[in-house]
This record gives sequence, C-alpha cells and structure tokens, in this order.
Amino acid sequence: MSNLVADIVARAHAGDYDALVEAVPYAKWLGLHYAESEGQLIGTMAYADHLIGNPLLPAIHGGTLGALLESTAIFEILWRHKSALPPKTINVTIEYLRSARPVDTFAAATITKAGRRVVAVRAEAWQDDRNRPVALASARFLVMAKER
Amino acid sequence: MSDSSKKTGDDTPSDETRARLERMHRQFADSVPHNNALGIELLELRDGEADMRMPWAPHLVGNPDTGVLHGGVITALLDACCGAAVFQSLREPKPIATLDLRIDYMKPARPRAEVHAHAKVTKVTRNVAFVRAAAHHGDPEDPVATATASFMLGTSSGPPPEHK
Repeated sequence: MSNLVADIVARAHAGDYDALVEAVPYAKWLGLHYAESEGQLIGTMAYADHLIGNPLLPAIHGGTLGALLESTAIFEILWRHKSALPPKTINVTIEYLRSARPVDTFAAATITKAGRRVVAVRAEAWQDDRNRPVALASARFLVMAKER
Repeated sequence: MSDSSKKTGDDTPSDETRARLERMHRQFADSVPHNNALGIELLELRDGEADMRMPWAPHLVGNPDTGVLHGGVITALLDACCGAAVFQSLREPKPIATLDLRIDYMKPARPRAEVHAHAKVTKVTRNVAFVRAAAHHGDPEDPVATATASFMLGTSSGPPPEHK
C-alpha cells in the first residue's frame, strides 16, 4: 500500500535516519536529526524561534517536546524492531520537569516491553545535562510485524 | 455554554473586568510563537473552556503517503488548548506550566482536514489545575485524540534560579 513509507522505513533500518526525517515533513520542520552514539539512537531538535511556547521566559513549547519524545520513541522502535510498518501511537504521557530553554534539545528512548502487537517505550529529553531531563515520556505503540 | 444564569456567588467579576480579562487572555494566546507557527487560531475562550482550530498544512504532515498530520502536531494543539483554558479560568493572570499531559490517539486525523480542539477545566485548586481536551474534525463526540493534563499555577516568571 504505502510505497514511500515502506521505502524510508527500509532506509532507516539501514541506518539512514536523515532519509526518514527528510520524508516526514513535520520532523524536518521541527529540525530533528538522528545519529547513533555509543549504541544508542540520539535525537536532536535544533533550536529555532518558531519552537517557542512562552516568549516571556523564554521557553520551548511543551508540544514540541512531546513531538520530539514521540518521534524518538518511533525511531527507536524502527531501529530495534525492524518492523515493516511505522508504529502507530496508542497513547503517550508526557511529564514536564523543567522549562526548556531556547537551546538545542536532545532525546533518547528505551523499549521497556516489546510485545507481538504492542511496544512500550520510555523516552527522555534533556538540554545541556542528561542528568537533568526537561521532559519524560512513556508511550505505547501498535506494531505489526507483517504487512496486513 | 448557555448564558451564565447560575452565577458562582458574590465574587463573580463585573462585565468590564470580564472583557478586560478576555482581551488579555486572547493576547496571551495569540502571542505564542509556536502556536502561530502551527497556524493555531483561538475561537472561543470562556468559563474555563477553550476552542481552537488548526488548518491542515503540508509542513505538519507525519505520514507522507497519506498526508495525515503528525501525532506531535495534535499534542501541541491539545497542550495549547489545555493551557488557554487553564489560563482563562484563573481569577488573576499568573504564569502556568504543564505538569503532565496524556494523549490517547483514537484514530488518524483525516488527511487535508483542519483539526479543532476543545478543552475544559475540570478543577482549579490553589496550586494545580486539571483539564480535559479533545481534538476532532467538527464533532467532539467523535475525537481524533483526547487528552488529560494538569498544570502548575503561579510558576516563577523569571528564568530558573540555577541552570547547572
């Protein structure tokens, strides 16, 4: 059914994450970039003025942090799981811990349970200190090992 | 929704105060750069409820095959709508911060269709406000996604005391 998506998922499995970001307009617009580092997939959301949610602080919009965390969780599943189709988000809970300052934000995700149909993932986002995360997410995704 | 026939006691603000607060709330909602970047428009804002609309746009797409909006865009819309409803429900303006936000995705957004969001504050306490919201294509009873969120009230308005 979806040739374009199948193609970019295959390229992501081969380690070409930028192909995936390029193909997903919103990920590209958010300024996301993915790279492997010490056996982990790290996402970066490059700072841009349109990410601001509170101009007084200033602070990055919580919604963009949610999007970064959700994208990172999806990329982690694609990377580890080699699923033929992109996972579908069932739900996501985002905990906001600190206001995110107008600088680059990073994220990484861990699969906590990989079931046949449902995968549970935790993700964290941080700025200059990984030990002081700005937001955490816990999410569940519907995955299908084979084409339906 | 209907006329506020049941006033909530003696401390109901005057019409003039109401109008002034509404102007301020609108200014606040309209001044969020990311909301503007998403094309989010505030439709209604009263009695602890907020309605917003977000037009479909090519740069917000998550699935290039179908043109369906990215889940993160729905998250941002629901967060913005919840925040506006909470801010509006305050008796006096103070900074607010999202503590947590849970989103359930019921079905994919319809391709190339604008999305509406409705948020309703369920409870405001001294320090925390609770709110529920739904994203939909015109019928709130048939949502694309629903959200439950809590907000901290009266956060510090300056930068955090120490960053490092």
